[in-house]
Amino acid sequence: MHKLTIAQQAKALAAKEFSSKELVSHYIQRIESHDEQLNSFVTFTPERAIENAKQADSRGAQGGILNGIPIALKDIFCTDGIKTTCASRMLDNFIAPYDATVVTKLNEAGAVSLGKTNMDEFAMGSSSESSYYGVVKNPWDTGRVPGGSSGGSAAAVAARLAPASMGTDTGGSIRQPAALCGITGLKPTYGRVSRYGMIAYASSLDQGGPFGISSEDCAYMLQAIAGHDARDSTSVDQAVPDYIAGLNESVKGLRIGLPEEFFQEGLDPGIAEKIRQACDVLKNLGCEIKPISLPNARLAIAAYYVIAPAECSSNLSRFDGVRYGYRCEKPKDLEDMYSRSRSEGLGEEVKRRIMVGAYALSAGYYDAYYLKAQKIRRLISEDYKAAFADVDAVLSPTTPTTAFKVNEKSDDPITMYLSDIYTIGVNLAGLPGISLPVGFEQDLPVGMQLVSNYFDEQTLLNLGHQYQQLTDHHLQMPKEFE
Amino acid sequence: MALSTEDVRDIAKLAKLQINEDELDRYKQDLSRILEFVEQMNQADVENVEPMAHPQDMMQPLRVDEIAETNQREKFQQIAPATQDGLYLVPKVID
Repeated sequence: MHKLTIAQQAKALAAKEFSSKELVSHYIQRIESHDEQLNSFVTFTPERAIENAKQADSRGAQGGILNGIPIALKDIFCTDGIKTTCASRMLDNFIAPYDATVVTKLNEAGAVSLGKTNMDEFAMGSSSESSYYGVVKNPWDTGRVPGGSSGGSAAAVAARLAPASMGTDTGGSIRQPAALCGITGLKPTYGRVSRYGMIAYASSLDQGGPFGISSEDCAYMLQAIAGHDARDSTSVDQAVPDYIAGLNESVKGLRIGLPEEFFQEGLDPGIAEKIRQACDVLKNLGCEIKPISLPNARLAIAAYYVIAPAECSSNLSRFDGVRYGYRCEKPKDLEDMYSRSRSEGLGEEVKRRIMVGAYALSAGYYDAYYLKAQKIRRLISEDYKAAFADVDAVLSPTTPTTAFKVNEKSDDPITMYLSDIYTIGVNLAGLPGISLPVGFEQDLPVGMQLVSNYFDEQTLLNLGHQYQQLTDHHLQMPKEFE
Repeated sequence: MALSTEDVRDIAKLAKLQINEDELDRYKQDLSRILEFVEQMNQADVENVEPMAHPQDMMQPLRVDEIAETNQREKFQQIAPATQDGLYLVPKVID
């Protein structure tokens, strides 16, 4: 059952080949047997899941498009009555008093949550090594990272402990783990999916999105979660197309651009080869591949590591020990309570980014850092705008390397930051991006990224689906977890 | 941009973080390294470029000033560290 995609599971449930209760129980058993090796879940909720599965079964045909389908949620989405930690000691005791809009929508679609998945603390990281609850492992090689920050959600789907899951992406945190774990992951356009109840890291960059075995499954998930939300004033009031119907459109004639800046000498030859093969498949589908240029792409990492920390320093100032979360013992006075609660509750990378951000925003430095970064952001967006006058999608590797070993990059923050090179500009511009599995390099998954214009997730899902009709990389799973 | 230990102490104060003396040096090194790294931004000519705060340059949408939410103070205070009479308790501020 766990080898089936959501689309297949939905059909089987409708045909009563098995019940949601049976399907959910199957995944519960898999989590109980396998998750110790992966540490992909922070909070596992099997009893609730069975209850909800039974309800899904009684709803039957009256249920939504994900009725009875088990999913997992990154522990950054508030879930009413269920611990929501952001993988931080700061929120280790936080029982969310409300549901995020994404959670409400998935519930309305009939999905059954198996639990909350592990991640980099407060979504800051590219490896899921900074969690208060321990490192998440890559199911393809448990000595390696699954990527981050949505590592738990990616690992769970890769090992088929859930057919689909939710992650968030601020600098690549859905696409990069999807690539390192050999699954499909989509970051929607900024404003496509509500951020209400999604604990904020960098408010102008954050976006929630799905992981699935296939592009088709991501389409099901996106269909359920996309849409305007009055409670998120950055969500855009734009009609939601029928992503599922759109999958079968022909991609003949679509123009795909390869930025020359991303295909230079430094690119790993194994990864370059997989991308080349993927381009051949796209050509067979009738796509036109052409070179383009994103001249300011090289500045994206620098701009991001000013903007994101600046916004995070503001967003994380709410964690002060007053109303919820960790409060230190025996505070001397208010100042001591604030600074000790925060210092004891927050991890190193989080504190580093808060301080970089505070510095970049402080009097005398705002222009040189934050304002300058916002201007570079404009340049990067303009580069993509110019590209989209000429092409329908931009193609690149998702990551410069395959999954690295645990602890390999944790000594130097900059080394970790450099792994975001292909994904990060997409967040700065606010564009949608998808990562598709395109093969293996020394038995480790390789991902390819496609980026399209604002609110054109349709093209990404369509290209992904058509590509996956001719290839089977997305159907591979690690033998150890079969 | 190389920071001094005093700079790190100042930033920590702004961010309401307590950095211990034995950690100061490591944070000083890490933060200096990151700030040096982002100085790459100076390679770009941003003379006449408008800063971009929102991907679609959206403005804050407004709504009619009508009450739309219900007060859920009791529910929200259930998870608070210390409360009394609907207020949040903290160490004494004024003597």
